Amino acid sequence: METLDSYVLTALVGVPFVWGAVLAFLPKDRLQHIRMTSAAVAAVLMALTVYVFLVYDHKAGDFQLTQEIAWLDSLGITFSLGVDGISVPMLLLTGIVGLTGVLISWNIQDRAKEFFVLFFLLVAGVYGVFVTLDLFFFFFFYELAVMPMYLLIGVWGSSSDFGSFLRPKEYGAMKLMLYLVAGSILVWVALMAVYVDGGIGSFSLVELREVSFSPEFQRIFFPLFMIGFGVLAGLWPFHTWSPDGHVAAPTAVSMLHAGVLMKLGAYGIIRVGIDLLPQGADDWMPVLIILGTINVVYGAISAMGQRDLKYVIGYSSVSHMGYVLMGFATLNAIGVSGAVLQMFSHGIMTALFFALVGVIYDQTHDRDIGRLEGLTKRMGVTAAFFAVAGLTSLGLPGLSGFVAEVMVFIGVFQDYPLLGVLGIVGAAITAVYILRLLSKVFFGQLDPRWDPLPDGGRLRDATRVEGFSAGVLVFFLVVVGLYPKPWIDMIDSGVAPILARVAGLQ
Amino acid sequence: MNWWLFSPEFALTGAAFAVLGVDLFLPRERKNYLPALSIVGLVAVLVLSLWYLWGRDENLYDGLFLIDDFSLFFKGFFLVLGILVVLVSVEYVRQHLSRPGEYYGILLFSVLAMMLMAASGELLTAYISLELLSFSLYVLVSYGRHGLKPSEAGVKYILLGAFASALLLYGISQVYGILGTTRFDEINAALAAADSPLNPAVLVGLALIIAGLGFKVAAVPFHMWAPDVYEGAPTPVTAYLAVGSKAAAFALILRLFTQAFMPAFDDWQIVLVVLAALTMTLGNLVALAQSNIKRMLAYSSVGQVGYLLMGVAAISPVAATGVIFHLAGYAVTSLAAFLCIIVFFNATGRENIADFAGLAKRSPYVAMVLTVSLFSLAGLPFFAGFTTKFYLFTAVAQGDLLWLVALAITNSLISLYYYMMVMKQMYMEEPEDESPMPVSGLSRGVLGLLLVGIIAIGVYPAPLVDAIDAATRVILP
Repeated sequence: METLDSYVLTALVGVPFVWGAVLAFLPKDRLQHIRMTSAAVAAVLMALTVYVFLVYDHKAGDFQLTQEIAWLDSLGITFSLGVDGISVPMLLLTGIVGLTGVLISWNIQDRAKEFFVLFFLLVAGVYGVFVTLDLFFFFFFYELAVMPMYLLIGVWGSSSDFGSFLRPKEYGAMKLMLYLVAGSILVWVALMAVYVDGGIGSFSLVELREVSFSPEFQRIFFPLFMIGFGVLAGLWPFHTWSPDGHVAAPTAVSMLHAGVLMKLGAYGIIRVGIDLLPQGADDWMPVLIILGTINVVYGAISAMGQRDLKYVIGYSSVSHMGYVLMGFATLNAIGVSGAVLQMFSHGIMTALFFALVGVIYDQTHDRDIGRLEGLTKRMGVTAAFFAVAGLTSLGLPGLSGFVAEVMVFIGVFQDYPLLGVLGIVGAAITAVYILRLLSKVFFGQLDPRWDPLPDGGRLRDATRVEGFSAGVLVFFLVVVGLYPKPWIDMIDSGVAPILARVAGLQ
Repeated sequence: MNWWLFSPEFALTGAAFAVLGVDLFLPRERKNYLPALSIVGLVAVLVLSLWYLWGRDENLYDGLFLIDDFSLFFKGFFLVLGILVVLVSVEYVRQHLSRPGEYYGILLFSVLAMMLMAASGELLTAYISLELLSFSLYVLVSYGRHGLKPSEAGVKYILLGAFASALLLYGISQVYGILGTTRFDEINAALAAADSPLNPAVLVGLALIIAGLGFKVAAVPFHMWAPDVYEGAPTPVTAYLAVGSKAAAFALILRLFTQAFMPAFDDWQIVLVVLAALTMTLGNLVALAQSNIKRMLAYSSVGQVGYLLMGVAAISPVAATGVIFHLAGYAVTSLAAFLCIIVFFNATGRENIADFAGLAKRSPYVAMVLTVSLFSLAGLPFFAGFTTKFYLFTAVAQGDLLWLVALAITNSLISLYYYMMVMKQMYMEEPEDESPMPVSGLSRGVLGLLLVGIIAIGVYPAPLVDAIDAATRVILP
C-alpha cells in the first residue's frame, strides 16, 4: 500500500490531464458518452480526494504521500508532490466541486466536448497547485488553472444586459484573464527573487523555507506575493474581475472558479507568502487585515445593491473571501485555522449558490431579481437548497460558515477588536441581502411571466442530476457545521508549523 | 588538416546544386519531387553531421572554422529547421509561387549559411556566412514578385540589409585596426591584455558591430524593416525569417560576445540591457495596434528578440542555455503559428486578424493549434513558451537583472492581450462562411508534429536542455 499511496497525488494531477487529452480525440457527436465518462472520471477523482482525506494522519503532520521525480537539474526543479493539513481539505473541496460541476454541466449542447476538455484542464491545474511542493510547478499549475478561463467564459458564458448596464461575456472573460495574469506577474517576479536570493539553486518549497531571508528582503517581496496571489483571492481593491468574471462564466465554471480557484490565491498567500517569508508577513499583516475588512464590508454592501442574481453571489464571494484574508492576517492559530476552514466552507457554499442560480437561469434566461418572484411554487427543492446556502452564508449555527467565521472572529478580536466588530457588521449586512433575496425571488406569488416560461415551457424544479449535485454540496455544509472536528484537527496540524515559524521570529 | 570535417557543408552544397540541377530536367507536373529531394538532402546531412562530428573538438583553416559541440548543436538545429520549413512551404509554393526549383535550392543555401555562421571562429568568416544568408533571404523575400507589397518588402530588405552589413564591416575593420586580429580567441586575449578604459576606437567598433547585428535580428531601434518585410514576404519565408535568421544571428552573437568580447563585458552589457528593454517594450506595445496577423507576429517577434537580448546581457552558462532554449521553443511555436496562417491563407486568400472570425467552427483543429501556439508565445504553461521563458528569465534574474525580468514579465502580459484578440475572433465571433475549411493531410500531419513539439518542450525539456548545456559548455567553460 505504501508504494501505491505515493502515486495518489500524481494520479490526481495526471488523470484529468490524460482524460482531457483523450476527450479531445473522441467523436463529438457521442455527447451522452462524453458526459457519462466525464462524470465517472470526476467521481474517481473525488473518491481519490476522499481517500487522501481519510489516510492523512494529522497527528504525524508534515507533508505526506510525497513523491519526487527529477525534472530539470540545472535549475533545481523537481516534480515533487506532497500534502499537509492545509492542502488536504482543499483537495477534498476540488474533488467535490469538480464532480458537481460536471454533473451541473449535463445540459450543455454547444461544443460540449471542447467544454469538457477545457474543464478538465482547469481541474488538473487546480489539483496541481494543491499537491505540488516545488515553486516552479506551483506556478506552472497556477497559470494552467487560469489559462482555459478565457475560452470557457468567452464561448460558453452569458452576458449581463440591463439596458444601461451592459456587460458582454467577452468583457468579463478578458477582464478576468488580464487581472489574474497581472497578479501572476507579481508572483513570478517574487518567485525569481526568492530563488536568486535563496542562493541554494532550488525551487523546492521544503528546502527554501529552511533559508532565512533577510528582513529587508522579506519586507520588499512579501507584498508582491500578498497582492499577486491576493488578486486571485479577490483582495480589495483588485477584486473587480471577480463579480464580472463569475457572472459571465457558465455555471460549472463559476462554481469551480468562485469555489476553488479563488482559494488558490488564498492558498498561495499562506503556502508561499507566509511560509517562505514569515518576517515579511508579520510586517505586512496590519495592511492585509485592513484590506480584508474592507473586502468583507464593501463586498456585502455592493451585494446589497445588485439586481443581477449572479452579481449578488459574485459580490458575496468577495465579501466572504475577506474573512479568509482577515483570518490569515491574525497570524494566530485559531484565526488562521478559521480562515482555512472558511476557504473550504465558502468553496462548497458558493458552488451551491452558482449551481442553483444556473438551474434557474437555464429556464428563465433572466437573472433580474426585480422580475424573478415566487419561484418556490414550482421549484421547491431548488428553493430549499438555496435557503441552506443562504443560511450558511449569513452564518447560521449548525452550518459550516458559522464555525469558520466564529473562529476567524475570535482570532481577530485578540488583536484588532475594532476590525472584528466591523467584520461582524459585514455578517449582519450579509443577513440583510440574503434574506431579502430569498423572500423576493423564492417567496410570494409566482410572477405570471414565468408561468408559462417565455419559451413556452413550464417552470420545472431541479432535475435529478442537479438535485443530486446540490445535495452532495449541502451534505458537506451540514457535516462540517455539525461535526467540524476532523477538518479542524487536520487544518491545525498544517497551520501549526507555519505559525511556529512566524512565532520563532520574535 | 582533416578535410572530412567539412563534409556536411560540402554535402549540403551538393544537395542545393542537385535541387537546382534536377529542376531543369523536371517537367512541370513533377515539380513536387523538389521538396522531397530537399528533405532527403537535409536528412542525409543531418545524419552525416551527427554521426561524423559527434564529440569532436577541432578546427579548420587555423581556427577560422570551429568543429565543436556548439556548432554541432546548431548544425542539427538548422537542419531540422530547414526540414520543417520545407514541409511548411510545400503547399504555399505550389499554389502561390512559380519556380520552385530556385526556391528550394536557395533555401538549402541559406541553411548552409546558418551552419557556417554558428561554426565561424573569426570575424570575416562570420561576415561572409552572414552575407550568404542575407543574399539567400533577399531572393526568398522578394519571391512573390507580383504586387506592390512583395516588391516593397524586397527592396526594403535589400537596402537596409546592405546598410547593416556596411555597419558591421566597418565595425570589424575598427576592431581589426586596433587589435590587429579578427580571430575570436586572439581578440579575447588582446582585450584582456588591453588597458582600462579601452581604446575608444575599439568601443566604436563594438558599437557598430552591435548595431549591424541589431539590424539582422530586428532589435529596436533597428527594427523598422521587419514589419513591412514580414508582411510582404511569402508566409513560409516570413516564418523562416522570424525563426531561422534570428537563431543564426543569435548563434553568432553568443559565440562572438563570449569567446571574443567577454573581457569587455562591462562595456557592452549596458548597451544590450538598454536594447533589450527598448526592444521588448516597443515590440509588444506596437503589436497591440496591428490588424494584419503577419504584422502582429512580426512585432511580437521583435518582442521575443528583446527577451533573447536580455539573456545575452546577463551572460552566464545558464543564461546562454536559456537563450538557445528559448530560441528552440520559439522556433517550434512560431512555425506552428505561421503554418496555421498559411493553411488559412491557402484556403481563403486572407490574412487579417478579423478574417479569422469563427475559425473554430470551420476548422477546430487549426484553431486549436493556433490557440496553443499563441498561448505558448504568450508564455502560458504546458507549452514550450512557459518553460523556456521561465528558464531564460530565471537565468537573467540570477545575473542581477531582476528589474529587467520584471519588465519582461510585464511585457508577456501585454502580449497575452493581443494574442487573445485572435482567439476571440476564432472562438467567439461568427464566421461569414460556415463551410468547413479544407486542410490537407500534409498540413494536418506537420501541425500535429509541431503541436507535439510544443508540448514536449513544455513538459519534458530535460533532453533538450542537456543537449544545449553541452553546446554552451564550449563557449562558456
